[in-house]
Amino acid sequence: MLQQIEGSKAVAETIAACMPDVVCAYPISPQTHIVEALDELTRLGKIGNCQFVNVESEFSAMSVAIGASATGARTYTATASQGLLFMVEPVYNASGLGLPIVMTVANRAIGSPINIWNDQSDSMSQRDSGWIQLYAQDNQSAADLHILAFRLAEELSLPVMVCMDGFILTHAMEEIDVADIDLVQKYLPKFAPRQVLDPQDPVSIGAMVGPEAFTEVKYLGHFKQLKALEIIPELSEQFEEVFGRPAAGPDDYKGLVTKYHLEDAEVVLVALGSVLGTIKDAVDEHRKNGIKVGAMGITSFRPFPLDEVRKSLKHAQKIVVVERAFAPGVGGIVSSNIRTALSAIDIKINTVVAGLGGRPITLKSISELVDKALYGSLPEFSFMDLDVELVERELERNLLTRRSGPMAENLLKDLGTR
Amino acid sequence: MSTPLKFYQVGSFAVGNRLLGDEQLSVQSRSDRTNSLTSGHRACQGCGEALGARYVMDAAMAATDGKVIAVNATGCLEVFSTPYPETSWRLPWMHSLFGNAAPVATGVAFALKAQGRSDIRVVAQGGDGGTVDIGFGPLSGMFERNDDVLYVCYDNEAYMNTGVQRSGATPPAARTNTTHAVGENPGASFTQGKNLPKIAMAHGIPYVATASVSDLHDLEEKVTKAMSMHGARYLHVLVPCPLGWGTRSEETIKLARLATESGLFPVYEAEDGVVTATKKIRKQVPVDEYLQIQKRFSHLFGPKGNPELVKAIQEIANRNIAEFDLLGEAQ
Repeated sequence: MLQQIEGSKAVAETIAACMPDVVCAYPISPQTHIVEALDELTRLGKIGNCQFVNVESEFSAMSVAIGASATGARTYTATASQGLLFMVEPVYNASGLGLPIVMTVANRAIGSPINIWNDQSDSMSQRDSGWIQLYAQDNQSAADLHILAFRLAEELSLPVMVCMDGFILTHAMEEIDVADIDLVQKYLPKFAPRQVLDPQDPVSIGAMVGPEAFTEVKYLGHFKQLKALEIIPELSEQFEEVFGRPAAGPDDYKGLVTKYHLEDAEVVLVALGSVLGTIKDAVDEHRKNGIKVGAMGITSFRPFPLDEVRKSLKHAQKIVVVERAFAPGVGGIVSSNIRTALSAIDIKINTVVAGLGGRPITLKSISELVDKALYGSLPEFSFMDLDVELVERELERNLLTRRSGPMAENLLKDLGTR
Repeated sequence: MSTPLKFYQVGSFAVGNRLLGDEQLSVQSRSDRTNSLTSGHRACQGCGEALGARYVMDAAMAATDGKVIAVNATGCLEVFSTPYPETSWRLPWMHSLFGNAAPVATGVAFALKAQGRSDIRVVAQGGDGGTVDIGFGPLSGMFERNDDVLYVCYDNEAYMNTGVQRSGATPPAARTNTTHAVGENPGASFTQGKNLPKIAMAHGIPYVATASVSDLHDLEEKVTKAMSMHGARYLHVLVPCPLGWGTRSEETIKLARLATESGLFPVYEAEDGVVTATKKIRKQVPVDEYLQIQKRFSHLFGPKGNPELVKAIQEIANRNIAEFDLLGEAQ
């Protein structure tokens, strides 16, 4: 049923319709509204016999999820930013053990400097953790992807992160069709675990594995990710049959990528998450002026759909990857994956780091980006809307004084006195 | 095969005595014991932890009609019991990480609750490193929430699995590989230590107990009692480690007994944060008797020894004796 609802609330109600057995969480902005709503829904008895566990840290949130999932419970948690980093050890453990936990990451910057606003450095830091990562471009897909995530996780016995931009999506009110529980139950069968702690059939889970089989266990984790590239399109198709819309949004292509005016596009902007909305507006603007621009979104970042990306981009002349995170000392993260997909194809790829720590990515900036890409003035790697003057003042101070003081505080002082 | 009866066993309360009546027979000497941690594992000779874990798990299984799920922290017990593809565990067992045995057990407990399986119970276990150090925050969270988990700490007073390094449970003056017996202040520093049974009591949880592998009847009884209760329960078991302590394999039980009889390791029970019972010392021994037979304390004795430190350790024992009335002098 269509309703005007906050993104977090829509996600919480969708999770409830998935009927998890255990939900555990530690509060962190901007994930809080999701778990607050789930606590209330659990207490009101709206999620059957679901147990809501308040834990004392994210390390314990993921650990509780591991224990619950290994006991055959459908398990959900949510986190963001520092919280995701604090649970990194059990995050890797969950994927190594092959436990189908579903977790929302309400994307937020990582400190220092401490910053509660949106970028994607948190989930990007876990891209090689063995978890599947799905990125939502709007709140409808944020909610819907969770249903697909449970199905996918349980099919493969592998955990799935659904990444949604913090505040931009989690706190935005939009008209959303929150999936009906009957339809969810039709789509999502009862959880049938591959491994379960059961006194009737005792097994040891989490044994020590030496060089004789460690590579093979890790290979199987990789194999499952590749398998997901086959299964995601199937599950997406079934999702559309049941719910009448694609799980990953209107421009969805097989649940792996989204395509917007790609067929004849000469310049293609590539991105993950909510910035695709602004990018599509910029595409429309340029198309009005007869400029052949298109956009590709990556829904499934892990596994990375190398074939679909190659097919979607190989006819482009210029590719601009807009990234909400980067690898200091090297450059783009998503871009390097795009390069892998396009290896041996000679297309210019530009990386633009944008929207760090909640800096707005405006239509104006994106449009200028397209112009620069068209007229060749875009550097290979750049930061959108970088305050060059601010940076230079600090660099100068570093040259002049040995004890130049704390960097972030200096910049804020400069801003205040400019 | 027939084993000739040894009549001197009659009347003895030795834990292995199979001739005692049903009431007094230990779980371990029953023919239907579950052998939850079965033979063939790779613990060192004289390992106190292997002994303790075997008694704990069999007693827990006996108390629950064989319905226990065990969660294990990383450490000796995990490594020696499950070198893949072998496992010594004859019950559902899970190992996740070093510091998360308590919250993983919480997850198991809540999953069982969601499934309506109140008949299946959860026991988490770890060494002193996994308990008092790296797993301490999550363990405190489990206590505070009063989750339905029995957590058992096998305390051998250092990180033995990684090769004998100091933990928060390492006693003052003890030599480890990160508290070498050299320099002006040899061995572990003389601090207050981290007394986890008392910290557990401060959480007001339903049941806290200490036990020693020198009194296995008592250990079994405490596990049985803990399994009859619900909520967060904590059992702290002293388990000597021949490798880390520098002691003879056949002296593990003797050491565990000297630790309790000297007053250095008080054995007691507490319910809802209040001490309800203490094991009285039968024959008090000076701490020297306990310390002298351990290489980790050898720098305290002999011509280059340190009688002042021995005296300070004796004072710790005296304080324990007074605090818990271990000699039964208070009225």
